[in-house]
Amino acid sequence: MLSRIAESLFWIGRYIERADGTARIVDVLRLQLLEDLAQEGEAAHTVLSVIMGMPSDGAVGFTDVGDRLVFDRQNPSAIAGALLAARENARRARETLSTELWEAINTTWHRWQGLGRQDVTSRHLSWARERAALISGIADSTMSHDDAWHFLVLGRNLERADMTARLVATGGRPGSGAPWSVVLSSCGAQQAFMRSQRGLHSDDRAAAFLVLDREFPRSVFYAMTKAEQHLATLDPHADRIGVSDEARRQLGRVRTSLEFRATSEVLAELPEQMLRVQQSVNGAAQAVASRYFQAGPLPTWTEELV
Amino acid sequence: MANVFPEAFNTMRIRPVGNYPQMLLHGLRASAPDGATDPTVVVLTPGVFNSAYYEHSLLARMMGVELVEGRDLVCTGGQVRMRTTHGGRPVDVIYRRVDDEFLDPVHFRGDSVLGVAGLVSAMRSGRVSVANAVGNGVADDKLIYSYLPDLIRFYLDEDPILPNVETFRCDEPAALAHVLDHLDEMVVKPVDGSGGKGLVVGPRADRATLDRLRAGLRSNPRGWIAQPVVQLSTVPTFLEGRLVPRHVDLRPFAVNDGERIQVLPGGLTRVALPEGELVVNSSQGGGSKDTWVLAGRGRLRVAPSAEPAGETRQIVIMSAPTVSHDDSIRSQQQQQQQQQRQQLRPHGPRWARPEAGEDQC
Repeated sequence: MLSRIAESLFWIGRYIERADGTARIVDVLRLQLLEDLAQEGEAAHTVLSVIMGMPSDGAVGFTDVGDRLVFDRQNPSAIAGALLAARENARRARETLSTELWEAINTTWHRWQGLGRQDVTSRHLSWARERAALISGIADSTMSHDDAWHFLVLGRNLERADMTARLVATGGRPGSGAPWSVVLSSCGAQQAFMRSQRGLHSDDRAAAFLVLDREFPRSVFYAMTKAEQHLATLDPHADRIGVSDEARRQLGRVRTSLEFRATSEVLAELPEQMLRVQQSVNGAAQAVASRYFQAGPLPTWTEELV
Repeated sequence: MANVFPEAFNTMRIRPVGNYPQMLLHGLRASAPDGATDPTVVVLTPGVFNSAYYEHSLLARMMGVELVEGRDLVCTGGQVRMRTTHGGRPVDVIYRRVDDEFLDPVHFRGDSVLGVAGLVSAMRSGRVSVANAVGNGVADDKLIYSYLPDLIRFYLDEDPILPNVETFRCDEPAALAHVLDHLDEMVVKPVDGSGGKGLVVGPRADRATLDRLRAGLRSNPRGWIAQPVVQLSTVPTFLEGRLVPRHVDLRPFAVNDGERIQVLPGGLTRVALPEGELVVNSSQGGGSKDTWVLAGRGRLRVAPSAEPAGETRQIVIMSAPTVSHDDSIRSQQQQQQQQQRQQLRPHGPRWARPEAGEDQC
């Protein structure tokens, strides 16, 4: 398939998942502040600068978070910006997307504008999550599972690993972190966690579940494994020595280091480990771009030389 | 349409136009260079900022071929390839919707980022076919139109079925004198214009415009043609809650696959929305209407050319098939009619609306 289209699909996958992940992160903050408003400044600062890596001077509140992470169209990390970017990418790849998928993405953007820009409510956030689920479902059920789809799902899983890593990194941070129960439920993981642990609830176990669980689709480990599988399908060539696919190598290295490390060790240095996950996702995305999406330099023409 | 008006489709036996992309694809594949047994066809679009992008995308989707932009193609060693995730893949036929002058920065405009460097050389060496051919815009020249009946008689030894609108070539002194005398009864058009640009409708023009036109005609008679005002048909049009008469013309579509020419049983009916307006171009505020061709009582067949001539009664219900004053030769190939005078705007505003200057012929 065309490199340009593959790139669009990869980014559609990422942006839709990003809208979903951002909605979850903002929702954690919203629930946290409902319980304890006194922490507003510090918690909002954590979300903006520590999780999302945006400059913040510390004197921020929930409204600022809403402005910058929900309604800002210019910022592709915000929900509005991510939905818009996904739509623009879809518009360029329309002949490859299924009609239903295009319509789902397009409608999402237009209805989002129709929701209006008020305070961030659970309505906005849960709607964004529902639409992301709808779009993923339509993509899975109406597109051929060919290269195009693999790029889309690869993007989705890379972004998911990244988002969960960011969320986990702040869970239980002393002072400003959200309680683990809130983090769990924002990932939709409450029931899955309770069932897997048979009710033995502890903060460490919750963190371990979100990072290392092999079955739960939003855990960092699961998303990275999935991303690796899609990379392997895109390039079925098996090396005898090492892994020549740079993206797979980057992901695999961090994934195995999480997998085979003692769980207590992972939890003890959770922020550092999660940072490594984010770096490997970043590296993998760059490797995928330079391998599959290389558009080559645009030629520019100089004056005729005689 | 079939969803909105199922009754109409049930009772009127409207001939389907859905196989147009297949007709076009067939024609494109037939134009592939020798030796390409299963040619790769692509549609070349200027990009999402083009006002006709939707149409390019629709055509590519319906034909099941790739929609490429100039930067997706690369030309090395006389072979055009498209950049795919598995390296370069050879391209045999390019259905281009990019104007001549932007097509190849090596041969034409050097500042074009819409084209493919080296494409014209590849074309010359016969490694790739480009449809429509470079330079086909000459057929859009309005002066050619005036010679069309003569062309038909000379090459086909037949008489034209549809008569021409009487056309004065202003570079002939007698014609020029006549035009200058009757300027307020004529439609005067620049020969290289499109989209209704520079066109003057005599009876509607004020004195100052006519004076300017007169001077223009005298200084450059070769640049103009003149025609009597053609009374276009009107159809009922729903505007601001009322049905009102508005002028229309019909643009037919035909595909030449090298062996025969197929005419689509349908077309684009263009309508001028302001009251009394004769210029139907979309860039001048014109709209469009669905055009239906009715089948006779026989079975509806999908392939229109398979039907014997006597059996089909063709009626265009939305408009009479007028030769509009804007029609120059609408010869075999429909693509050139749709050719965009796309302005070079690689870094234009995102999601910009098409401007009035970007006309559709």
